[in-house]
Amino acid sequence: MEAVIFYFFGAALIASAIGVVTSRNPVHSAMFLVLAFVTSAFLWMLLEAEFLAIVLVLVYVGAVMVLFLFVVMMLDVKVEQARAGFTRYAPLGIAVVMIIVAQLGYVVWARTQEMNFLQAPPRADAGFSNTELLGSQLYTDYAYPFELAAVILLVAIVAAIALTMRKRPGLKVQDVARQVQVRREDRVRLVSMDAEKGE
Amino acid sequence: MIGVAHYLTLAGLLFALSVAGIFLNRKNVIILLMCIELMLLAVNFNFITLSRFLGDAAGQVFVFFILTVAAAESAIGLAILVVLFRSRRSINVEELDSMKG
Repeated sequence: MEAVIFYFFGAALIASAIGVVTSRNPVHSAMFLVLAFVTSAFLWMLLEAEFLAIVLVLVYVGAVMVLFLFVVMMLDVKVEQARAGFTRYAPLGIAVVMIIVAQLGYVVWARTQEMNFLQAPPRADAGFSNTELLGSQLYTDYAYPFELAAVILLVAIVAAIALTMRKRPGLKVQDVARQVQVRREDRVRLVSMDAEKGE
Repeated sequence: MIGVAHYLTLAGLLFALSVAGIFLNRKNVIILLMCIELMLLAVNFNFITLSRFLGDAAGQVFVFFILTVAAAESAIGLAILVVLFRSRRSINVEELDSMKG
């Protein structure tokens, strides 16, 4: 049963990765990437990393990929022009990929005897909480890196806003400091006029 | 029986495919960012696989931090992309040669 689930979702993951790389439309690529994230969330469930699987779906599919789709649709790239020259770099790319696959295959399969000591531990019982395990690690041993991660997210927010904010010329904006500093003499002018005679 | 080698092979194939994507797509920066996300996913896959087979939860904590940094990276990358498109009206990789790289 585990093998069936693994091969089904593994094939779906590889197929969606191929779709990301080869599809002509960037929107289709983003959708294939969503599919890749969801299928790998299923595979992470199989590896008993339930919390991270849910986080992958919520954070990646829910936030990061929506951001990607937003930018793809906002930028309006011409599809035909964006795909020219695909085959020119294909030999180099395929050569590099073959080298990577050969190296990883050698490490994983040709030396598999040395990895036989890595047997899967038995499945955790139904009452086991992956979230509790991860939380107890995260808030004790990794409390300082956890704070650093929060700071990194804050810096990312500030950087993204600072990068994309622009000042348009001629835009009417409020300057609160100048509004507060204004005095009565700047705005009000008292004039004394002679009373007009009634006709 | 599905062992550690199967999962590592799957992650390796995913990594190789995303490297191929970076080599093949010389026109669109958005696809490059998506391929980087796929590479990070493959790395996370390795971490989670070995975390399960070694029985050590530290791998999952590392995946948590990698997810955080990857989210920040993609947000800043997309912001840079938007600014780039505003100033050059193009996100073509081959036109980005003003630094003669």
